[in-house]
Amino acid sequence: MDLSTKYMGLTLKNPLVPSASPLSKDVDVVKRLEDAGASAIVMYSLFEEQIAHEANEIDHYLTTYNESYAEAMSYFPEPESFHNLHAEEYLEQIAALKKAVDIPVIASLNGVSPGGWMKFAREMELAGADGLELNIYYIPTDPQLSGTEVEQMYIDDLTTVKSSIKLPVAIKLSPYFSAFANMATRLDQAGADALVLFNRFYQPDVDLENLDVLPNLMLSTSYEIRLPLRWISILYGMVRPSLAATSGVHTAEDVIKLVMAGADVTMLASSLIKKGPEELINILESLQNWMETNEYESIDQMKGSMSYQAVAEPSALVRANYIKTLQCIR
Amino acid sequence: MKDKIAPGQVITVDGNEAAAYVAHKVNEVIAIYPITPASPMGEWSDAWAAANRKNIWGTVPSVIEMQSEAGAAGAVHGALQSGALTTTFTASQGLLLMLPNMFKIAGELTPAVIHIAARSLAAQALSIFGDHSDVMAARTTGFAMLSSNSVQEAMDFAAIAHAATLKARIPFLHFFDGFRTSHEIRKIRALPESVLREMIDDQLVIEHRQRALTPDNPFIRGTAQNPDVYFQARETVNQFYNACPEVVQESMDQLARLTGRQYHLFDYYGAANADRVIVLMGSGAETVQETVAALQQSGEKVGLLKVRLYRPFAIDHFIKALPKTVQKIAVMDRTKEPGSVGEPLYSDVVSALQESPGRFKQAPRVVGGRYGLSSKEFTPGMIKAIFDELNKEQPKNHFTIGINDDVTHTSLSYDADFSTESPDTFRGLFYGLGADGTVSANKNAIKIIGENTDFYAQGYFVYDSKKSGSVTTSHLRFGKSPIHSSYLINKANFVACHQFIFLEKYDMLAAAEPGATFLLNAPYPPEDIWEKLPRKVQEQIVEKQLKLYVIDAYKLARESNMGRRINTIMQTCFFAISGILPREDAIGEIKNAIRKTYGKKGEALVQQNFAAVDHAIANLHEVDYPKEANSSIELPPVVSEEAPDFVKSVLGKMLAGKGDELPVSALPVDGTYPCATSQWEKRNISQEIPVWDEDVCIQCGKCALVCPHGVIRIKAYEEKMLADAPATFKSVNVRGKGWPEDTRYTVQVAPEDCTGCTLCVEVCPARNKEQTGLKALNMADQPPLREPERENWDFFLKLPEYDRTQLKVNSVKGSQFLQPLFEFSGACAGCGETPYLKLVTQLFGDRMLVANATGCSSIYGGNLPTTPWTCNSAGQGPAWSNSLFEDNAEFGLGFRLTVDKHAEQATEYVQRLKGAVGEKLAGAILAADQSDEAGILEQRERVEQLKSKLAGNNTPEAKMLLSLADYLVKKSVWIIGGDGWAYDIGYGGLDHVIASGKNVNILVMDTEVYSNTGGQMSKATPLGAAAKFAAGGKPTAKKDLALMALNYGNVYVGRVAMGANDTHTVKTFLEAESYDGPSLIIAYSHCIAHGYNLAQGLNQQKLAVDSGHWPLFRFNPDLPEAGKSPFVLDSRGPKIPLADYIYNETRYKMLTKINPRRAKELLKMAEENIETRWKVYEKLSSLYQPNGKE
Repeated sequence: MDLSTKYMGLTLKNPLVPSASPLSKDVDVVKRLEDAGASAIVMYSLFEEQIAHEANEIDHYLTTYNESYAEAMSYFPEPESFHNLHAEEYLEQIAALKKAVDIPVIASLNGVSPGGWMKFAREMELAGADGLELNIYYIPTDPQLSGTEVEQMYIDDLTTVKSSIKLPVAIKLSPYFSAFANMATRLDQAGADALVLFNRFYQPDVDLENLDVLPNLMLSTSYEIRLPLRWISILYGMVRPSLAATSGVHTAEDVIKLVMAGADVTMLASSLIKKGPEELINILESLQNWMETNEYESIDQMKGSMSYQAVAEPSALVRANYIKTLQCIR
Repeated sequence: MKDKIAPGQVITVDGNEAAAYVAHKVNEVIAIYPITPASPMGEWSDAWAAANRKNIWGTVPSVIEMQSEAGAAGAVHGALQSGALTTTFTASQGLLLMLPNMFKIAGELTPAVIHIAARSLAAQALSIFGDHSDVMAARTTGFAMLSSNSVQEAMDFAAIAHAATLKARIPFLHFFDGFRTSHEIRKIRALPESVLREMIDDQLVIEHRQRALTPDNPFIRGTAQNPDVYFQARETVNQFYNACPEVVQESMDQLARLTGRQYHLFDYYGAANADRVIVLMGSGAETVQETVAALQQSGEKVGLLKVRLYRPFAIDHFIKALPKTVQKIAVMDRTKEPGSVGEPLYSDVVSALQESPGRFKQAPRVVGGRYGLSSKEFTPGMIKAIFDELNKEQPKNHFTIGINDDVTHTSLSYDADFSTESPDTFRGLFYGLGADGTVSANKNAIKIIGENTDFYAQGYFVYDSKKSGSVTTSHLRFGKSPIHSSYLINKANFVACHQFIFLEKYDMLAAAEPGATFLLNAPYPPEDIWEKLPRKVQEQIVEKQLKLYVIDAYKLARESNMGRRINTIMQTCFFAISGILPREDAIGEIKNAIRKTYGKKGEALVQQNFAAVDHAIANLHEVDYPKEANSSIELPPVVSEEAPDFVKSVLGKMLAGKGDELPVSALPVDGTYPCATSQWEKRNISQEIPVWDEDVCIQCGKCALVCPHGVIRIKAYEEKMLADAPATFKSVNVRGKGWPEDTRYTVQVAPEDCTGCTLCVEVCPARNKEQTGLKALNMADQPPLREPERENWDFFLKLPEYDRTQLKVNSVKGSQFLQPLFEFSGACAGCGETPYLKLVTQLFGDRMLVANATGCSSIYGGNLPTTPWTCNSAGQGPAWSNSLFEDNAEFGLGFRLTVDKHAEQATEYVQRLKGAVGEKLAGAILAADQSDEAGILEQRERVEQLKSKLAGNNTPEAKMLLSLADYLVKKSVWIIGGDGWAYDIGYGGLDHVIASGKNVNILVMDTEVYSNTGGQMSKATPLGAAAKFAAGGKPTAKKDLALMALNYGNVYVGRVAMGANDTHTVKTFLEAESYDGPSLIIAYSHCIAHGYNLAQGLNQQKLAVDSGHWPLFRFNPDLPEAGKSPFVLDSRGPKIPLADYIYNETRYKMLTKINPRRAKELLKMAEENIETRWKVYEKLSSLYQPNGKE
């Protein structure tokens, strides 16, 4: 049975890829993921804004009260140099992971400035990453900012990174575009090697006791595969880049459904955080069993078999789906 | 300073760095303890050791921080005896603590150098500033004493001392003036390593090692001797002292050969045929040199003799150095020895001349004078006055200069306008706010000018003693001629005001010369600026025809994403208009400096600063102004007219920056000052203050509890009191049960005393229902509120205090109706210590005595001009004193002994005088139950009755009873201080005091670091936190002082964190005070040395507890009697990851940006430590359960 798949130009032994999460902060955990069958690893994201903020913060608090009071010219030892103000730890982690595991290591970057995208993308390439995932986490709250401008920003960021490095570049997107198919096509034209669908944003909650807004991340459920499932099935065959499904992948069934919709890889985080890296063994085993039972020879055979282009009734995947659901309720 | 100095290289450094550089290069062991103004020498050594900087033998010196200077001296002695080249740095009280070891080190003929930033000793008051009181107190130790007068000499003489001590075998005190030299930045020629290598003779190093204690060649040293030989043995060292001066001169000559700078044991400067000579040592010699040069030009035959080697005093060298023509000598001492024949240097000079008959045409007449105590200015005008005095037939002896002694008339008058400043020298005065970066910008400017031009450069910085809203004044001189002006600039050709509000407060243009440039940072466009200036400022600008430039630096800083840091902008403006460097060159150099400073912290920061530089040039404007002043803005009075006379006439002068003008007669003779004075110092330092929304308020009292400055208060009062309330005064019905009907409630803010820390807003639990972003307290602009809220505050103060006996003081809310007797201190905005202090005064202030260890709390509590310790309307309040750093527990115990003895005597007198007092009253007094507020109040009333009964009774016993009667009312003794005191320097005393069983209350405000001296590690510093002397993160756990005290079994111990559990804090304080024995409270105190926005201080306290770093508990030895466990754990085990607490703070976080791997290791160790400690506590808790109950 051939479980292999091609993703952003990389040949992977199966479609199970742990997505960007804190799991990749620990080399030992990544080793366990590899042993459990992961075919590649996407690292946690490096946030340019956070790096700049932390550098500013460190400078501010190390010096705010300096030279104010005769008995204390400063309040902290001033180091001769810093080692981790420019994401050195992240870059070293790429190298450490590359050394520790044989599977491809995909770095993840969230930039804010053209300079930042360029600089960190290059550094990640130099550090040995096999691919780069752009994690564009952006909430357009400015009422003056039009959808067209936001879309152009995505294109610009991608173009900047593509022109700076030779690595394959994936772009992780939110589903909040008016015309997602068009957007996907434009990203294709701009050179994306993969589209990762979709980013799970930190959604805020309200703390009723203290009347505070609580930003927190709930782990996903299988139900959440439905949004990527729809869009992957629509985009399959429509665009050149590989398609990665992320959000809600917990079981072999989830994997099968998404691959059938057209996903080249399925990305997992919540299930691995909850059950541990070894959960991959179960999923992989179930996947193989299912394929065996249902006489599938390869992932390729399965891929896109339930896509918009392949199903008998494509409208069920789009608007009619909605109407149908409502009718059922009646 | 760079590790490798090229021969002849020019550097700009201060005296501390200059001396420390040499010390680090030529020692193997450095044992230190922080003390102002010597701390930076230790800090440099530690930083260089951390950066692996090697000494001249290629090894990194071992640097260790000790628990006190006594400890440092012990370690130095031990390291020397066992053969290491060893040094230490100290000043003032620190040097006093080293004295016992110094006698030993000298007695054993041990080569060593101690570097001293000479500072005043605490007498009638502590002073951190410079004079020679400390080194003069060490002159009997047997140490040689070598005095540096300038930064260059601080480096050169450090080398000379280290070289000479090895040869002479006599240890050296190398000293220079605290602040004036230790903190003055000068352009100097650095000593390259090759010079140090030449000067230190390895053979002598080997001989030092050969004399060391070693089991491979055993002997004993440090014997006890008897009357038969001690005396003779003491005389064995004479030959070494006799030889020492020549050894020093040889080292001086060697330095001259290597560098071209020639020094002598005594250096004469001035007319070869001088008739009048001033003899002195220290930085004052520089100004005398400048003055002598000027006076010589006008034909006066005057001279100066600089004393370099003060001990051993080489009479022959001294006599030879003096011109034979001298007729009169003034010997100037920067110290005071009350009751002596004369100050030390004077006495030595008199003796030296007495012992050298016939060496002069005519024996010179010698007078002695005192000058410059506690960094008092010593100016050319004063020096001229001394020479003029010497011209008199009978010059005054034992005079003072620089003050007005209108009591014993010792002082000479002088012409304050006499100036010897060179017209070619740039003289700039810069007024800044502590936090605005003015001083760092100026230090940068000095480096740029010093290291890129041929100009000589000097920078000196004056700081005030407030920790919030502090003012800094920078004095910068640049010029083509060498600078010898070791005094403040009082004739400036450039004045910069970096804070517009200062125009109202300080007369900064008084020092501006006619035609000078005035650079003003103002929040107004150039066309509006003139009308915004106070009238007096306009008048000075017009009269002196100043060139006026303005810039809105804060606006630019905001636009450049630099917050409130205006340093780069103002520095650029200075270079742009001062013309010291060509503008383009200057901008290039500023940018180079920016890259040096910020490069390691990221390109974004560099670019921000670059942008600020470019914007500054574009937004700097010269202002044309009218020919006459036309402003109606008048300067406000410094203190209110309603203030007491002493406040107006004495403290007010100090507040106005004119304390130098106060005559001796104005000041108390014994250091006693009135309390309740901070209320008159309306500082208006915050642009925003909290505003109370009475409809949202739930009346919890938390805001008043946490306010570090006592500016937010609550009161409950009868509704009828509101009859005369100002129109905007707010009031609501009081909430809760048990209040009389028509009781009203008000939260009031003191608008002019608030520092804007926002702790009250952060802690407020009430939310506006319509807009949850608002609370019951919200910050608003202060200026429009200043007038109405001032009126409301005054009205609020006049409302009567609520009857203490009717309040539930064991709750947060109840305790906050009590009047705080600690208010408006100079502590940092958001201080974590002062809320605890204020609470103590609310609960016990009317009957408490306070012994306060030196540190932050003694500075914000007792640094003149004003004090936050205040009293109630009956005139009762905390009686406060600071003795020393190390002895505070013992000092407070002394209070208790007196209180107990006096109470006992009063009781005996009452018994004896029952007849006069009245049986019933006497009986009631003797049997009084004072266990609660009501009982204490009743006893107070009885004592008042007793006093009135005895008022006319003139019997000796009645008089004695009257003098002791107040002790019949229970007193509360509080011993307070920080962790540096309690865990380190004062621990021995603290341990003894709690072991004594006496009824004292010890409050340790634990900031986990030496806060006052700038963040050095203490034994309270937690594992994993970075601090000075623990730059790589402290690798050992915080000492568990609470657990150590608990082991005694009879000590009440409480660990509290107000931000985690405020009710627990209040209860703990009440229990501790009521316990009739020693109590120890350790209070978590957030601090600027933790490195985060202190508005989050209380949240961090909560996280500290939740993470298990700071478990709350109480140990009450009284409880077993009631069948209960004495040990109560008041918080739960660790429930959040430690990282969630610590990485909000720079002291931990910085390590993740310097050495992430080490940070992870330390985090893991800290987590394990917390787990283990928690298990111990849980075990203890179960062990203490009576009868095995769990």
